[in-house]
Amino acid sequence: MTSLIHATAAELADLLSTGVVSSEEVTRAHLDQIADVDGEVHAYLYVDSDRALDTARQVDRKRQQGEQLGRLAGVPVGLKDAFTYMGAPTTCGSKILEGWYPPYNATVTQKLIDADMIILGKTNMDEFAMGSSTENSAYGPTCNPWDLHRIPGGSGGGSAAALASFQAPLTIGSDTGGSIRQPAAVTGTVGVKPTYGAASRYGLVAMASSLDQPGPCARNVMDAALLHEVICGHDPKDSTSINAEVPNVVAAAATKDVRGLKIGIVKELGGEGYEPEVLARFREAIDLLANAGAEIHEVSCPHFPAALGAYYLIMPSEVSSNLARFDAMRYGLRVGDDGSTSTEQVMRTTRGAGFGAEVKRRIILGTYALSSGYYDAYYGSAQKVRTLIIRDFTQAFETVDVLMSPTSPTTAFTIGERANDPIAMYKADLCTIPTNLAGNAAMSIPAGLGDNSMPVGVQIMAPPQGDDRLYRVGGALEALLQDKWGGPLLGTLAKEAR
Amino acid sequence: MSYEELMDYDEVMESYDPALGLEVHVELNTHSKMFCSCSTQFGAEPNTQTCPTCLGLPGSLPVVNAKAIESAIRIGLALNCSISTWCRFARKNYFYPDMTKNFQTSQYDEPICFDGQVEVEVDGQPFIIPIERAHMEEDAGKSQHMGGTTGRIQGADYSLMDYNRAGVPLIEIVTKPIMATGPQAPAVARAYVGFLRDMIRALGVSDVRMEQGSLRCDANVSLMPKGSTTLGTRTETKNVNSLRSIEKALRFEICRQGAILSSGGQVVQETRHWHEDGAYTSAGRSKEEAEDYRYFPEPDLVPIAPSREWVEELRATIPEPPAVHIAGLNKTWGFSDLEMRDVVNAEAVDLIHATVEAGASPQAARKWWMTELLRRANAESISLEDLPISGEHVAEVQRLIDSGLISDKIARQVIEAVLAGEGSPTQIVEDRGLTLVSDSVTLQKAVDDVIEANPDIAQKIREGKDQATGALIGQVMKQMSGQADAAKVREMIIASLAS
Repeated sequence: MTSLIHATAAELADLLSTGVVSSEEVTRAHLDQIADVDGEVHAYLYVDSDRALDTARQVDRKRQQGEQLGRLAGVPVGLKDAFTYMGAPTTCGSKILEGWYPPYNATVTQKLIDADMIILGKTNMDEFAMGSSTENSAYGPTCNPWDLHRIPGGSGGGSAAALASFQAPLTIGSDTGGSIRQPAAVTGTVGVKPTYGAASRYGLVAMASSLDQPGPCARNVMDAALLHEVICGHDPKDSTSINAEVPNVVAAAATKDVRGLKIGIVKELGGEGYEPEVLARFREAIDLLANAGAEIHEVSCPHFPAALGAYYLIMPSEVSSNLARFDAMRYGLRVGDDGSTSTEQVMRTTRGAGFGAEVKRRIILGTYALSSGYYDAYYGSAQKVRTLIIRDFTQAFETVDVLMSPTSPTTAFTIGERANDPIAMYKADLCTIPTNLAGNAAMSIPAGLGDNSMPVGVQIMAPPQGDDRLYRVGGALEALLQDKWGGPLLGTLAKEAR
Repeated sequence: MSYEELMDYDEVMESYDPALGLEVHVELNTHSKMFCSCSTQFGAEPNTQTCPTCLGLPGSLPVVNAKAIESAIRIGLALNCSISTWCRFARKNYFYPDMTKNFQTSQYDEPICFDGQVEVEVDGQPFIIPIERAHMEEDAGKSQHMGGTTGRIQGADYSLMDYNRAGVPLIEIVTKPIMATGPQAPAVARAYVGFLRDMIRALGVSDVRMEQGSLRCDANVSLMPKGSTTLGTRTETKNVNSLRSIEKALRFEICRQGAILSSGGQVVQETRHWHEDGAYTSAGRSKEEAEDYRYFPEPDLVPIAPSREWVEELRATIPEPPAVHIAGLNKTWGFSDLEMRDVVNAEAVDLIHATVEAGASPQAARKWWMTELLRRANAESISLEDLPISGEHVAEVQRLIDSGLISDKIARQVIEAVLAGEGSPTQIVEDRGLTLVSDSVTLQKAVDDVIEANPDIAQKIREGKDQATGALIGQVMKQMSGQADAAKVREMIIASLAS
């Protein structure tokens, strides 16, 4: 038997449902692993040990009493610190929210609780999800378990690193421009950004409302599908939530058959600026799929090169408005209130002290882009580009079932390498951003290692509400790759750890 | 106190034409707020009607109140507006502690209702008020500035916030410039806001109580030299809390601007604050420092696309305009134009209507509401409808008089008692034993006593001086504590002296 921390979520679910292990044992094993390795990795901002164990014992009791439980009941999960969870602090990786205990649960959190899953704690992230390396967390960076000197991606580096260091079998992320998929790619894990509106944003502290989307993070495609099923579904508290049945992603993940499937390779996502081994692993993955009976086509999405620019106008615009509420008046940090200062001064001092440099940069960018006289040129034009990108996707999906590309142009860079070069940092999301702008679904799965022995990810993109296609292709490709490797990519890390 | 130079109103009108612009905020009477399910009940303990959404807590999201959209469309239809087929909310970004998110969810370039017009009448003359738009937005919380002398934020030690009102649905109704009203401008403004109040009350979508803030008016006015077609610099006067003050505030602003312009000065574009006690306006925030609100479409809400079928269904629920309604009522009431104007000005139409519906004659209903009750309301500086007496009560009092159970004089006592909360008129008459003494033995005894005590007066009556009867009636009534029918007493006195 694999050790409890190295088991997949599906395996744990089976062990739990057959009574081979208790949720308390599984939870304790993960809490022990956190205690052992998180000093080095720093995937968690807050570990909720006591409550996790209490909840695990409750679930065990329910099971003993013969209660009908969900598939993932008793399985531990890590929650990105952008989601509210009563009884635990929510910081979003920012000093401005230090010590804030939310008085309500996010819908995603509530769904985990209702599914009897065990929330281990809150995972680290770039401040307010702004970054591609987790270096922007006000509480220090997370390290990549493959090489502790390298970044784990971002903003959800904590959620990805927790998986790669076996500190959780499943984690929750949120993806605004690639914050689930790029960390998955650079840590050799699986990350899914569902269709916009598939999982409720209620209780996900907003970065950019029209782009944010919660999603599952896992070490394999089937585990991601099981978590996807738990967290998605219509929520009347989120007006942008889709009121339709969630596609059957679990069945799709089990299909492992791509015969006759039309796969489009996006011409614009590759070439210059991409590491050769990233392109090589991508090509190998495509060849495997072709050999398995998929039809491969090259398609052009001519407006994709404009996506990054449009994103860096729309996202900061929404950020500048969404983050206005952090003003020291009602919750969180308050600086400079000595009784003699005005309300405005307290707001200004607190925001100056509480926000990090990247957050300030985006607030200033967005404020500028929305200003009268500049609105049409910046925000207005960016929205037009967004429409063109949607059109590119629509046209592409008229001829193919899914699109594929590398997830990120490079493997994990070293901590500090791009800290002073925001544009280089932003380029990590070059391939993931178009999907956020268009609102469709995408997944990243491991495709192998680069010359530096760091993981490479490939991205699968599906039309809106075609999330099941991601799992069908992802499940099949994962099986083909693991046949070739003789096991999961992360198996090498698991062996090292043992 | 105001130290502003003022020019005589008539003099201003000789040289200038005023242009008006009115922005009216109407607080809807939906049970829940615009974007969450919190109660909108007025007067609750501070911060007891709040939730993550109206407190703007991190992660919270708005969901539109469908009833508020319905009310907005009905208001738009009543103002003869077009109803948008597709529109969005927008964020109005500015920092102020009463805004929990530091942006107000409002509408910007895509209002739900637009391009309407209404007609109002001032002294028999009709005026067309063009409506630019009516849009939906959320109200802010209420701040209370403590420790200062003025109650304003300047000089306060600290401020308290109550977010019960945060997120209450508002409809903002904006006119296009209202021109060519001449000296009637202030009266036209008053008539327009009065029209809105009556129309919206008839729709039943708001309490429209100016004194409680459920109807708020910002009055813009500018002057242009006679013959010019270019609008002058305007001021916006806030804190105008009654129909009367709209008229007074505009008159004041016209006189103030007239004085500035005629002495060669320039009007400053600014917000001004109306002071009801001193009847003057004072400068507030200067619009030159006006903020850039950085409006953009609200990404947390989906667009609103009211179907044409729904709009037509709602159109069928729009009541007739108040003036038509009043004219219709007066066809059966038969009041003179002057009487009806007084009734309208006293806001007694609905009350008289209710009284007549409850069985009283129109004349009797008018008499009670326009004399006794109006006097009481004026004495307490409240409106008629705020008196704790209903049309049913008044009709009941009149019924008691008509059936001879109480006199007119006793009726006044009964009304006093109803206002004091002692119960219904019939109950009060019973409890206090106020019914007229119709027992003729008791009454005859009182008449005999009075005649015996006043032989001189009795003699005069015997000699044919009928007007002397009054003195004896008065004494009998006094002896009976007023509980006798005066006409009957008169008959008995004459009969007694004739025998």
